[in-house]
Amino acid sequence: MAELAKAELLNIIREECNPPMLEGNMSYHDITDQISSITEWKKTPTAWWIMISITGTLLLLLLSMLTYLVSRGIGVWGNNSPAGWAWDITNFVWWIGIGHAGTLISAILFLLRQKWRTAINRAAEAMTIFAVACAAIFPLFHTGRPWRAIYWLFPIPNTYLHMWQNYRSPLEWDVFAVSTYGTVSVLFWYTGLIPDLAILRDRSKPGLRKVIYGVLSLGWRGAANHWKHYEKAYMILAGISTPLVLSVHTIVSFDFAVSVIPGWHTTIFPPYFVGGAVFSGFAMVMTLLLITRWLLHLENIITMRHLELMNKVILATGTLVGYSYATEFYIAWYSGDPYEQFGFLNRIVGPYWWAWWTMFICNCVIPQFFWVKKMRRNIAVMFIISITTNIGMWFERFVIIVLSLHRDFLPSSWGYFKPTWVDICTYIGTFGLFLTLYLLFVKFCPIIAVAEVKGTLSNQTHTDHVYAHYLESHEVSAQESHGIV
Amino acid sequence: MASFNNTANDRGLYAAVGEFQDETVLISAIEQIRHKGYSKLEAYTPFPVHGIDEALGSKPSKLGWFVICCGATGVTAAATFIWWAGAIDYPIIVGGKPLFAFTFSVPIMFELMILCSAFGSLFGMLGVNGLPQFYHPIFNYSHADRITDDGFVLAIEASDPQFDAQECVKVLEGAGATFTEVVPK
Repeated sequence: MAELAKAELLNIIREECNPPMLEGNMSYHDITDQISSITEWKKTPTAWWIMISITGTLLLLLLSMLTYLVSRGIGVWGNNSPAGWAWDITNFVWWIGIGHAGTLISAILFLLRQKWRTAINRAAEAMTIFAVACAAIFPLFHTGRPWRAIYWLFPIPNTYLHMWQNYRSPLEWDVFAVSTYGTVSVLFWYTGLIPDLAILRDRSKPGLRKVIYGVLSLGWRGAANHWKHYEKAYMILAGISTPLVLSVHTIVSFDFAVSVIPGWHTTIFPPYFVGGAVFSGFAMVMTLLLITRWLLHLENIITMRHLELMNKVILATGTLVGYSYATEFYIAWYSGDPYEQFGFLNRIVGPYWWAWWTMFICNCVIPQFFWVKKMRRNIAVMFIISITTNIGMWFERFVIIVLSLHRDFLPSSWGYFKPTWVDICTYIGTFGLFLTLYLLFVKFCPIIAVAEVKGTLSNQTHTDHVYAHYLESHEVSAQESHGIV
Repeated sequence: MASFNNTANDRGLYAAVGEFQDETVLISAIEQIRHKGYSKLEAYTPFPVHGIDEALGSKPSKLGWFVICCGATGVTAAATFIWWAGAIDYPIIVGGKPLFAFTFSVPIMFELMILCSAFGSLFGMLGVNGLPQFYHPIFNYSHADRITDDGFVLAIEASDPQFDAQECVKVLEGAGATFTEVVPK
């Protein structure tokens, strides 16, 4: 066989079985250089300063709203009987759900040996932590006295309550689920960061910067003996984060499912909530990464292939969510329970019909465009869909919470919930917190898991050698090669 | 060329260090050098290299056992506390439910198991590795900052019974090292 034909064959096999994760011919040093240089800006770009001034302003808005709420009481929010939960819990569930994509990418895709995750996992994990921080604000401030809430939520011995929490309540389970989730996400993220912080330490000139990265990287020196335990720890963290992430949204859904409200009291809630969480989380990762990738020129690391794979996840989970809606309606009809049936009909044609239809169109209709390959690979399309998905998922939680509460068993107690300006500004303010933290992360941490990307590259090169070796030792015709492929 | 690091002092030597082009060369070098009877070897790489533990002959990590113990502690602590708080210290009937039952304790038992395991894996890993450790003689290697970038480094430590600095440098060069150095403690 001619040399040229062999090279061609190798290319076919590479494209089919082992498509490159990085674009261009990058060496280990190029990867280090490209990612680390983002944290080593000599002069921070003006765009970064403009962005952080905007998000910082929104953060101040959040702080003022929370101060206002604490000084005036939670009556400044619009929730009142019959809708005792409204925007606050909607926002809580929405933010927690967004966090789930980070854990899914870092843990579940790791266990499934999806190497492409290395390009996006660091940013997604950071996003998880920031999203959990935003989520925690709502239930905490809904207590009205957040500085005392620590004694109401956690079993801390004190001389002021003389009692313990009710461990039979799903709300108490939720306290443990969310706080564990936040803590484990930080631990997992930090574990991944240690070797990369050591890279920044080694690149810094002696000075404060070197000391800070030196302390944070704990004296990491890349010894093979250390990597062995490190990889084990990383695998265990991935292994325990996987059931954890499934349990968190399951327990969040128990907050509703364990009650007897029509529209809440269903067994489908746990898988339905987890599916929705991954759906909205991937969409948020997509929105942020498209902007990050464009501004920081990371197109060679976060390639079109990565984006397309993420769009496939969005399509799959979006379809799961649509299927769950259908199941809910079917069960409401099949149950024969008039309250249940009314509740669901009320969602489509009741006073909040617009909320249900927004949710339906954003979650069930729009992502279906991703069946078409051209759409999955179109930046503008995926950017728009990533945003509509999160609008849809916000409305899903609004529909579940407010639409089930506003018309309960007794028509005399029906009402119509309207958000107040404080509700709206608090929600907008959480974007300030989320994005400010994200911008700080971009400036001070390696936003791509450098050591992991190098490992992927090494694996890639090794696999290529195996294919090349196979072709050397076997005389294969072009036609046969399709058989191998 | 071998070079002596000029910061050498009377504390003695840490190791003879060789740098290799990539992970494949490093692994075959480790195999060759171990074959020559050297046993105190340590490799330094920018990312976990597969097959390096087998080449170095190091045993698999036992961290998992430690984490299992942490997880078990979490489960037990959660169940015990829920039982003690709800049935002994502050018994009050809510919603006609029993004071203690395994079923309603499961979510918190599960969460505490995960929480303790997570702390166990990070801090267990740091403990086994002896981190944080801000000084280590490998940092005296003149290109130590390359290790986290693209340096694949093998150290034949001075504690090796066969250790002889000049001899080790030759062995490393013979195995394909592109740069060698004798590193002080």
